[in-house]
Amino acid sequence: MSMLTPSADPYAVKSQGALSLEAELGFLKEEQPAPDRMALTSALLYLDNITVSFDGFRALNALSLVIGEAEMRAIIGPNGAGKTTMMDVITGKTRPNQGVALFAGTNDLTSLDEAAIAQLGIGRKFQTPTVFDMHSVEDNILLAVKADRRPFSNMEWNPSRHERERVEELLERVRLKDSRHRRAGDLSHGQKQWLEIGMLLAQEPRLLLVDEPAAGMTDQETADTAVLLKEIAKTRSVVVVEHDMQFVRDLDVKVTVLHEGSVLAEGPLDQVSADERVIEVYLGR
Amino acid sequence: MNRTRIIDRTGGIFLIVVLAAGVLIPASNLLLPAGNPLHVPDYMIPLLGKYLCYALLAVAVDLVWGYCGVLSLGHGAFFALGGYAMGMYLMRQIGSRGVYGNPVLPDFMVFLNYKELPWFWEGFNIFPFAMLMVLVVPGTLAFVFGWFAFRSRVTGVYLSIITQAMTFALMLAFFRNDMGFGGNNGLTDFKDILGFPISAPSTRLTLFFLSAVALAAGYLLCRALVTSKYGKVLVAVRDAESRTRFLGYRVENYKLVAWVLSAMLAGVAGALYVPQVGIINPSEFAPAQSIEMVIWVAVGGRGTLVGAALGALIVNAGKTWFTGVLPEAWLFALGALFVLVTLFLPKGVLGLAASLSEKWKARRPSSDPTPSATPAE
Amino acid sequence: MMRLPPSVPQAKTSPSTLRTLLLSLLAVLLAGLVASIPARAQSQPDISGIIAKFGNDSYSDTSDAIAALATSGSPQAAAVVEALAAGNLLYDPASKAVFIRTPSGMVDPASGAIVGSAPATLSPVRANNRVRRALDAAAGALTLLNADPAKRLDAAAAVFKSRDAAALPTVEAAIAKETVPAVKAALAQARAAILIGKADAPEPDRRAAIQLIAARGDQDSISLLRSLPANSSPALKAAAEAGITKAEESLKFWAVVQNVWYGLSLGSVLLLAAIGLAITFGVMGVINMAHGEMVMLGAYTTFVVQELIRQKAPYLFDWSLTIALPLAFLFTALVGILIERTVIRFLYGRPLETLLATWGVSLILQQAVRSVFGPTNQEVGAPSWMSGAFQIGQLSITYNRLWIICFALIVFFTLLLVLRRTPLGLYVRAVTQNRRMAAAMGIRTGRIDALTFGLGSGIAGIAGVALSQIDNVSPNLGQGYIIDSFMVVVFGGVGNLWGTLVGAFTLGVANKLLEPFAGAVLGKILLLVFIILFIQKRPRGLFALKGRAVES
Repeated sequence: MSMLTPSADPYAVKSQGALSLEAELGFLKEEQPAPDRMALTSALLYLDNITVSFDGFRALNALSLVIGEAEMRAIIGPNGAGKTTMMDVITGKTRPNQGVALFAGTNDLTSLDEAAIAQLGIGRKFQTPTVFDMHSVEDNILLAVKADRRPFSNMEWNPSRHERERVEELLERVRLKDSRHRRAGDLSHGQKQWLEIGMLLAQEPRLLLVDEPAAGMTDQETADTAVLLKEIAKTRSVVVVEHDMQFVRDLDVKVTVLHEGSVLAEGPLDQVSADERVIEVYLGR
Repeated sequence: MNRTRIIDRTGGIFLIVVLAAGVLIPASNLLLPAGNPLHVPDYMIPLLGKYLCYALLAVAVDLVWGYCGVLSLGHGAFFALGGYAMGMYLMRQIGSRGVYGNPVLPDFMVFLNYKELPWFWEGFNIFPFAMLMVLVVPGTLAFVFGWFAFRSRVTGVYLSIITQAMTFALMLAFFRNDMGFGGNNGLTDFKDILGFPISAPSTRLTLFFLSAVALAAGYLLCRALVTSKYGKVLVAVRDAESRTRFLGYRVENYKLVAWVLSAMLAGVAGALYVPQVGIINPSEFAPAQSIEMVIWVAVGGRGTLVGAALGALIVNAGKTWFTGVLPEAWLFALGALFVLVTLFLPKGVLGLAASLSEKWKARRPSSDPTPSATPAE
Repeated sequence: MMRLPPSVPQAKTSPSTLRTLLLSLLAVLLAGLVASIPARAQSQPDISGIIAKFGNDSYSDTSDAIAALATSGSPQAAAVVEALAAGNLLYDPASKAVFIRTPSGMVDPASGAIVGSAPATLSPVRANNRVRRALDAAAGALTLLNADPAKRLDAAAAVFKSRDAAALPTVEAAIAKETVPAVKAALAQARAAILIGKADAPEPDRRAAIQLIAARGDQDSISLLRSLPANSSPALKAAAEAGITKAEESLKFWAVVQNVWYGLSLGSVLLLAAIGLAITFGVMGVINMAHGEMVMLGAYTTFVVQELIRQKAPYLFDWSLTIALPLAFLFTALVGILIERTVIRFLYGRPLETLLATWGVSLILQQAVRSVFGPTNQEVGAPSWMSGAFQIGQLSITYNRLWIICFALIVFFTLLLVLRRTPLGLYVRAVTQNRRMAAAMGIRTGRIDALTFGLGSGIAGIAGVALSQIDNVSPNLGQGYIIDSFMVVVFGGVGNLWGTLVGAFTLGVANKLLEPFAGAVLGKILLLVFIILFIQKRPRGLFALKGRAVES
């Protein structure tokens, strides 16, 4: 299955959304040196010394984080630890004041916009499920299916055969086949979460950022989601931000604890939860 | 996989009505005797033609507001620019028949002591060039404006206000005599178009017919666009802009395409409007004009295209009636319309009709009615 | 604030025809008198000999006496001439004694002392046309020596304008006596003006004159220096050229100062119009397109108040604006609250719909005012304390503009205080920052919304009171301000009152500085284009709020 074999070539999508001259030139600049030999790191995502401050308040303080290929990582931390800001930096929503953010070794995330980053293969799921309420479930998936993103390439009325197949496949996978013609706005909260995960998969990203996927789900849905994410993580990298410790335990992956904008501890959940500082941060003094 | 048909039931009816009107109204004017109750009198023809131009303009406004969430308070500028392009052609056609009899310079230039034709008036004596400019000038302005505005992610009210500032600035500019567009008085006293006398009944009937065709074509074009995958992306942008970005769509480019197309349609509407009303002046740039266009769309039902055209017809027919019977009351009525429609008719007349018919249907068999959908902000 | 500028003011008060008449007479007289001046006594001259001539009841003696008085340099001369002109100079046919009749009794013309007893048979010294001419001429010359410094100043200005070479000796004599520095400077300038045109005067004097005139740095100095006779020495010509350049520079400087002043004035108008919007839009996030109409209603309130005062209590006219202020505030605040409760509150969170609905409200308000008051401009008068102007250097400052600047700043800081220091301000900030939390704390958010909107509208109303002084009061008054106000608020940074202040004055000054180069309309267009580009570069304005709160 194509979706299980992420493209090894990070430039496969380079011409998409190419109406923007800036993005084009950005790619050209990157392309001059031989791509992968110039890679500074073998990690898929490489954040080093990232600082973001709003009016003197440091949302991220010299944060460093490395995610490997096909790695799943859980990020935990109290409110205001900088989890969302970190996602914003990775997806191009927020520009860091300083620091390095590289994707697949060569792509400087701090110089690209959201669309370019998404096309590189970074998908993001928001904390509150964000789907296109006015569109049907299948249209939501269709819009997300990896394809040419330029306006003039999309002025067609019939989805291609490939697109139709992908939509079927993903509806199946996120168990929304029966609801395919319903408006996405009419779905239950849990269904919306799954629809959004389906849209994320449709993008065929190499890295998924998932913000509190279990929020507002029933226990059964939560468990199912954990299974789904683990399956996804077999072929691509996943970063999960979560508060629900049971869910994190279910994931059974390396955990990074953020506190006040930097990494407080890193390791297996049991080790991390035994850490004095982590306990202090979570339980107060 | 189900897909939206380009011509749905409402759209089909709309197209038939518009094209039928384009043929039948001139026919009734020509063939029926003046006493016949179905006879459309001469004075009605340019009036109805004007409404059709407004309807096309409303469709253009709806494309960006209804589908893309860009509330333009400056579409009057594109309309007027298209109108000026046509007006310049018509001015050049006057030739030496003007009051001052100058074969090249329009009267107002002679009056203002112009020695030669300004460079930007060159070529407007050639009809195809002028028609090209009807598209190019509003399109270029829209492109430049949209390029900056959408890339810097100016959205919502801010965008609305700067579109208003744009048309306001243009109005000030066109009021100036030394801009070379006739200043305060604008362009008028047209004689003929493509050799046909402009006030002749046959010319007016032809223009009316062309307006109907333009409306139908404009509707079809927009409808084709919004039912394509591109249109789905547009709606996605309207409802969840940043989600669309994170899917990898370059939102600004999607907006820009719709925005430029909409401006060009507005330009065409303006170009058809000018020969029918016989004048174009800077008051068309007035912010109040542009904001009135928005209420046409709101009255008819935003995001439906047909509703926009319908709203333009309803509001303008109302305006004609009021200004004839109770001129004082028109602004009260228009003001009240703005308030009432936004408060009580968020989906416009078409939405009201739809929900009424749904209720009526629901009363018979007990099927669950699909919840109505209002476009999100 | 100086009332007397260092340079000679252009005589504004006297009608120019009178002035020219006076000047020509002065010239005639001086021409005849030049010769006698050097002979004049230096210290307090005795004029009893001259006075005696008035007793002769002869027109020619009287005329001679007047001429002699004009050059006598006596402090009494002016009093005598004035008395004669007014018919208060009396003589006794029998003793030939002469007296001045004053309200406090008879006065001896020569000494100015009150005379205890006077003969009963006094009659006025008679005047014919010749005497009257002599009188006028003497009056002109004497004003250079008049006791009142303001009059001397006017006379010096008159000589400066006429540049009559014949007046030179008188002027020099006056300079020697003058004690008031401002008048002395004016006289020196008058002398310099004469010297520049007087080719036979000593060269060093003329050079000094050129420098003195160049230092004025106004249009007069440029035309004076240009009038340097062609036969002057090259050195003088060079000096004059340098002087012209210097004056032109100074002129440019003052033109900039003037434009900055106009800009501040425009900025204060923008500030007034925008402050209310800064609350409704900036703080509450409500797009009120009827904001301009609130300003208009405020202006009409002023009009109604003034009409009532004119009819019922004209003596209160100077207080009309003071009375109109609270009324305009209350009236527009009530209208605002009404609009908020009936329309806007249903549209919170839907800014584009709010925009359309309030536009509808603005149309209704405009038409309502048009129906009641008619479409034409209404006359709103200015109270006396707002009329007039004064000078600083070459800058003329009108009182109404000055008051409006002060007023705008007062309103601004009052509002700042209200928002920062009062319970209402606290509630407003609480509700706008976190509505649900505020509601949970027991704040009635609906009432606060209404009051806040009322506050913004009320401020627009008092802006209308001020604007009625400088703009046409018509139903369209508000429309002219709405775009500008939005530009100010957006440019300054939404939700930031200081930004509004800076934005208003920046745009005002920029607009007026652009005008000389681009013209009024093009200047405005350029500014609009600039703001459009600016918003695109910094969508959150000059003083953007940063941080998480903004992101939502």
